[in-house]
Amino acid sequence: MERVRVQSANFDQGAELNAFAAQYGAGAGAVVSFTGVVRDIAPGLATMEIEHYPGMTESAIAAIMDQAQARWALTGAAVIHRYGRLAPADPIMMVLVAAPHRAEAFAAAEFLMDYLKSRAPFWKKEITRDGAAWVAAKDGDEDALRRW
Amino acid sequence: MIEVLYFAWVRERIGVPREKLETEAATVADLMTELAARGEGYEIAFTNPKGLRAAVDQVLVDMDHPISGAREVAFFPPMTGG
Repeated sequence: MERVRVQSANFDQGAELNAFAAQYGAGAGAVVSFTGVVRDIAPGLATMEIEHYPGMTESAIAAIMDQAQARWALTGAAVIHRYGRLAPADPIMMVLVAAPHRAEAFAAAEFLMDYLKSRAPFWKKEITRDGAAWVAAKDGDEDALRRW
Repeated sequence: MIEVLYFAWVRERIGVPREKLETEAATVADLMTELAARGEGYEIAFTNPKGLRAAVDQVLVDMDHPISGAREVAFFPPMTGG
C-alpha cells in the first residue's frame, strides 16, 4: 500500500488495516492504527467538507512521516486522509504504524496524529441545518507538538 | 509574477482561490501588507495576521520569510487536519 494517500473516496478501515498488516506486520511485531471519524454530535450536522492544498498536502504528510521514521525504528507507516464532502460516521483519515515493539508504534502513531492535525494543510467545515462554519484550530493542537 | 493561493475562510473572504500578480514585496509580511490594500475582502482577511499561516512554494514558513524567486505563496487559517 502507498505511504501517503489523499483521496475523496471513502475507504474500508478494516481492509486497509489488513492490507497494511499483511505487508509490514510480520517483520514488525506491533501494528497500531488510528481512524478519525466524523462526529455525529453537532446538532443537525449534515456533512463535513474538507478542503486541502493539493501538492503541499502530500509533501507535508511525507515530511511528517520522514520525521517519525527517523525518530522511531518503524518497519512501516502509512497515512490515508480524505477531502471533499463527508457524512457523519464516515472515516476521515487513518494512520497505520508497524514497529518491533508497541511502545514505539503507539508513540509514532500519536506523533503522526499530533502533526497531521496542525501541520498538514486541511481545513474542516461543518455544514448544519443552520449554516456552515469553519472548524477553528484549538490552542491545544499547537501545545501538543511541544511534547515531542 | 507570483501566484497567490487562498484557502478556507481566507479564500471565501477574497472571493477567488488563486490569482497571479506582480509584487515588489520582499517577504511574506510585505506581501500581506500589499494585499490588504487591494479591497475590502483582502483587508478583512489580512487585518489579523496572527490568525493566518503562510506557505512559500508549498512549505510552511514564518511571516518574515523572503519570497524572491518563489513560484507560489499561499495564505490560510491554522490547519485542522486529522
